[in-house]
Amino acid sequence: MEKPRLAVFKFASCDGCQLSLLDAEDQLLSVADALEIVYFPEATSRMEAGPYDIALIEGSISTPHDAARIQQVRRDSRFLMTIGACATSGGIQALRNGADSAEFMRAVYASPGYIEVLDQSTPIADHVTVDFELRGCPINQYQLIEVIQSLLAGRTPRTPGHSVCLDCKRRGTVCITVAQGIACLGPVTQSGCNALCPSYNRGCYGCFGPASQSNLVSLTSQMEQDGASKQEISNSLQNFNNNAPAFREESRRLLDRNGEPY
Amino acid sequence: MNDSVQSVDPETCFLTLDEFARLFEVLISRGYEVIGPTIDQEAIVYGQLSSIDDLPRGWTDQQEPGKYRLVRRDDNALFGYVVGPSSWKKQLFPPVSTLARADRTEEGWQFQEAKEETPRYAFLGVRACELAAMKIQDRVFTGGPYVDSIYEQRRSQALVIAVNCTQAASTCFCTSMETGPRCKAGFDLALTELPDGFLVEVATAAGAEILSDLQTMKVSPEQDTQANAARQQAVDQIERRFDTTDIKDLLMSNLEHPRWDDVAERCLSCTNCTMVCPTCFCSSVEEVSDLTGDHVERQRQWDSCFNLDFSYMNGGLVRNSIRNRYRQWLTHKLATWIDQFGTSGCVGCGRCITWCPVGIDLTQEVNAIRESES
Repeated sequence: MEKPRLAVFKFASCDGCQLSLLDAEDQLLSVADALEIVYFPEATSRMEAGPYDIALIEGSISTPHDAARIQQVRRDSRFLMTIGACATSGGIQALRNGADSAEFMRAVYASPGYIEVLDQSTPIADHVTVDFELRGCPINQYQLIEVIQSLLAGRTPRTPGHSVCLDCKRRGTVCITVAQGIACLGPVTQSGCNALCPSYNRGCYGCFGPASQSNLVSLTSQMEQDGASKQEISNSLQNFNNNAPAFREESRRLLDRNGEPY
Repeated sequence: MNDSVQSVDPETCFLTLDEFARLFEVLISRGYEVIGPTIDQEAIVYGQLSSIDDLPRGWTDQQEPGKYRLVRRDDNALFGYVVGPSSWKKQLFPPVSTLARADRTEEGWQFQEAKEETPRYAFLGVRACELAAMKIQDRVFTGGPYVDSIYEQRRSQALVIAVNCTQAASTCFCTSMETGPRCKAGFDLALTELPDGFLVEVATAAGAEILSDLQTMKVSPEQDTQANAARQQAVDQIERRFDTTDIKDLLMSNLEHPRWDDVAERCLSCTNCTMVCPTCFCSSVEEVSDLTGDHVERQRQWDSCFNLDFSYMNGGLVRNSIRNRYRQWLTHKLATWIDQFGTSGCVGCGRCITWCPVGIDLTQEVNAIRESES
C-alpha cells in the first residue's frame, strides 16, 4: 500500500506550530516512516504538487493572495487539518480586526503602498471546509502525533474539549487560584498542554482557546471580585485566541464595546 | 483494612512524640510506602513521607468557599489542619491507569491484561470523613458483581492510620452527614494528637503488629480527658449545618426548579468539584495506539460528569448544558446515589466548596430549593 502523502502549508503565522512537528524528535522518524512528506518547506526543499492525503495548515488568512492560495490547497487535499491558534481562530494578528489597518501600515512601513493586506485576519474555516482543528499556541506535538496516528488507524483522535482544570487535577497540581489567589483562565480554557503553566505557578493564558460551553462571565466576575479591573481581564482574553468567539465576546462585553473594535 | 476484623472495643495506648517519630522507620522497614500530609504548592497535600519532618508541623489551613490558605499555628501540632485538595482516592483509584495491552503479531492480535505491582501503602492522617469516603468507594468499586481489581488490590494492601480532627474548617459539615469528626471504624490505628504525643486506638491485628515495634504507654486519665477535649473542639467548631431530611425526594421532585438555572450561571463546569471529591469515581476508557498501529494500550483516566463529552451517547449529547450537568452531579451525589449504593455520596468534607474557583456551595444550593418549598 502506498504511504499517505503529507503536506504542511504556512499562512500568516510564526512557524512555531510547524516546528512542533520537527520538535517531535522521538516520533519524527516514525512519522516519516508512516507517511510520505511531500511538501514541507520548513523542513525540506522537496516540494511536490498535489494531490495530498493530509494537509496541515498553519497560520491565518490575512492577505488576498493567501485567500486565493487556501482555495487551491483545499482542492488539492483530501483531509485538511488546521494546526494552531492562528489557523483555528485568527491568531494574535486578529487583534487588528476592526481597527484601521491602513493607519497601522502608515505607522510601520515607509512605503505602505507595496503592502496588500486584508482588513481582517481570519481562521482557515472562514474560507474553506476544515476536517479537523488542532488548537494551541503552539500546538502540542503529542496531540499532533495523536491526530496523525488516529488518521492512520482510522479512529477518533483523543483531543478532549474539557477544561485545563481536569489536567491539573490528574497531574496533582494544586489549584493556584484557590490556594494562592492567582488569576487563571484554566476553568474556561480547553486542555491540550497538560496544564503546563499552573504547574509552574502561573495562571493559564488560554493558549488552547475556549473550552466547550465555557462560562466566561462567571469566571471574569470572580476575577473582578478578586480585585482585577475590567481592562486587565479583557486584556487577558485578548491574546493568541482573541478572535475565538467566546473570548472575543467576553473581552468586548467587559469593556462594553458591543461589536466595536478595541 | 477490613471492617469485619476490627474489634468492637479498641484498645487504647499512648505514644510519645519520639516513639511516633519511629513509626516512619517501622512502617518503611515493613515495606510500606507512607503517604500522608506534607506541604507542597502552598497547600497541605498527601504525598510520600519519609520521616516526621515531612509532616506540616506548625501549619494549618483556612478555608472558605473558593479559597484556601496555609497559615502558621502558634504551636507545633503535626496534624493541626483539616483537609486539603488531595484525597486518598488518588492512591486507590489512580488518575491514569493502563488496563490492557494489545500487540499485532503474525498470528493476529495478542491481548494481555496490564499487571501492576500493587503498591503497599500506609495511609497516615486519614480523617473520619475520609474513612467514610473510602467505605463509599469500597461499595462502588468492589461491592457489586464487577470488582475493580486495581482498586481492590491497592485497598486490601493498605494500612490505614486515622487521625482524629481537633479542629474544623468553615466548609466542614461532617456532623450533618454523620461521618465525623470522630473516627469510629474503618482504620487499623486511630490517633488523637496531644501536645506531647498521641493517644492510639488499636483496631486490628495489622495495627497491633505495627505498634508492637514501638514502645507504648498506658493512657493516663489526664491524657484521656485531654484527648476528649481536643476531639470535642472539632465538633464545637463545625458551624455549617446541612439539612438532609428527605433529600432524595426534595431534589427529585424539583428537577425543573429555577435554582438550577441560577447555579448554571455561576458554575464553570470546570470539573474541580468532582476531582477533589473523595467519592466521585467517574472515568473514561480510551485506546491509545502508536504510529505503526501495532501496539495499543487501553487507558483509564479520571473523567467528570461536568465534561460535555462525558454525556455523549450514541447519536448525541445527553446533558448539553451546564444546568443539566450541575443538576446531574448534585442529584446523583445526594439523591440517586442512595438508590444506587445505599448511602449518600457526600461525606461532608467540604472540598467541593473550597476548591470551586467561584465558591459554589452545594449546601446553599440545596437549602435554596428547600426554602422555596416551605
